[in-house]
Amino acid sequence: MSAARPKMRMREKLVLRIVAKRFVPFVLLFGLYVQAHGDFGPGGGFQAGVIFAGGLILYAMIFGADELERVAPRRVVERLVAAGVLLYAGVGLATLLLGGNFLDYDVLARDPSAGQHLGILLVELGVGLTVAAVMTSIFLAFASRGRG
Amino acid sequence: MTFLSLWNYWAIVVLMMLGLYVMIARENLVKKMMGLNLFQVSVILFYVSIGKVAGGTAPILLEGQPDALYSNPLPHVLMLTAIVVGVSVTAVGLALVVRIHEAYGTTEEVELEKLDGTGA
Amino acid sequence: MAAVWLDIALFGFLLAIAVAIARTRDLFAAAMLLGIFSLLSAGVFTLLDAVDVAFTEAAVGAGISTILVLGTLALTDQVEVPSKRRLLPVAVVVLTGAALLYGTLDMPAFGDPDAPIHQHVAPRYLAETPDAIGIPNVVTAVLASYRGYDTLGELVVIFTAGVGVLLLLGRGRGEDDPG
Repeated sequence: MSAARPKMRMREKLVLRIVAKRFVPFVLLFGLYVQAHGDFGPGGGFQAGVIFAGGLILYAMIFGADELERVAPRRVVERLVAAGVLLYAGVGLATLLLGGNFLDYDVLARDPSAGQHLGILLVELGVGLTVAAVMTSIFLAFASRGRG
Repeated sequence: MTFLSLWNYWAIVVLMMLGLYVMIARENLVKKMMGLNLFQVSVILFYVSIGKVAGGTAPILLEGQPDALYSNPLPHVLMLTAIVVGVSVTAVGLALVVRIHEAYGTTEEVELEKLDGTGA
Repeated sequence: MAAVWLDIALFGFLLAIAVAIARTRDLFAAAMLLGIFSLLSAGVFTLLDAVDVAFTEAAVGAGISTILVLGTLALTDQVEVPSKRRLLPVAVVVLTGAALLYGTLDMPAFGDPDAPIHQHVAPRYLAETPDAIGIPNVVTAVLASYRGYDTLGELVVIFTAGVGVLLLLGRGRGEDDPG
């Protein structure tokens, strides 16, 4: 074997740690911004979910999956995977029960336009939740395979 | 004249064929997945470029300009779905490659066929 | 005019990167090139007025896909064994490419506002969105409202992919894998 110094674990690389710690809050905030402003500019559920997951994945890569487990426990993330789909389908079911067609948002509020706003908000939230949770779960699955 | 108005599509067809070549000619499974990714991105490029309107702008409605010209939003919507489905396929495909490597010790198609007893 | 030169430059880069991905045997380098490819294609999407698609491609292609490929390479081999040169794949690719190029000759010119694709549903979406839905981003309006059912299907596809990967790769240490 070579006589080079032993490879530093990610945790010990000071620059990476400091920069990641500064960056992650902004990435998560940007993800939430994209989720909320999907109606007014480019963005929406998918982009927001992926960006949010990217922030969590960056944290997991630098500080370790155990650190991420303290912030986003695996069981919670796995439940969120299903929660987004249930939210979306739940909105559809609600419109059925309120007398409209499936996913016809007009009936969700007294004014059809307000109903559309509410429907799109809930639906995009569901999409963002599931996408973020799925991307994080997939990364954690790949990462834990190497150590298991 | 046709070249000037169609060269975009031809460049994208060349990209598609490069992706297809990587997918079918290379024998490493991970390389094949990368070729699939190339192919997918170029198909999405093709689809989006047929929705472009010369002189138009992004399909986000501008305040107080009811006659502005916008590019067609429908291909964008369909291609958003396509991108996400593409990454789903990539994720599951790469997970399968990891399991194959664990079971056989290699990700090269020729060696996999030898170990499995199939192949020419 | 500058947009055309930018277009040509971006496509030139995309072609060069695609050739490099095909030829390199170092899979780590190929993964990085694939990330660059996705990012440059996001630039092309922006030139084509597809800002939502560009956003998604940059985030998903240059972000998630690269992480997945690197994760796979960490668990498998990182160098590709050189394959024999065979004629059949080249022939298939050339034939398919020729057929596609022949097909594009029938297409309307790039950017033509009178193309059939702009005549049926799209003008209706653009005209009705301000009154019926009231949000400026027409792509979100179509995605979430007009074509909401398709988006539900797409969400289920992502869900299935997540479940599939969790089944294939397990949920973590301490999970016994019967195989």
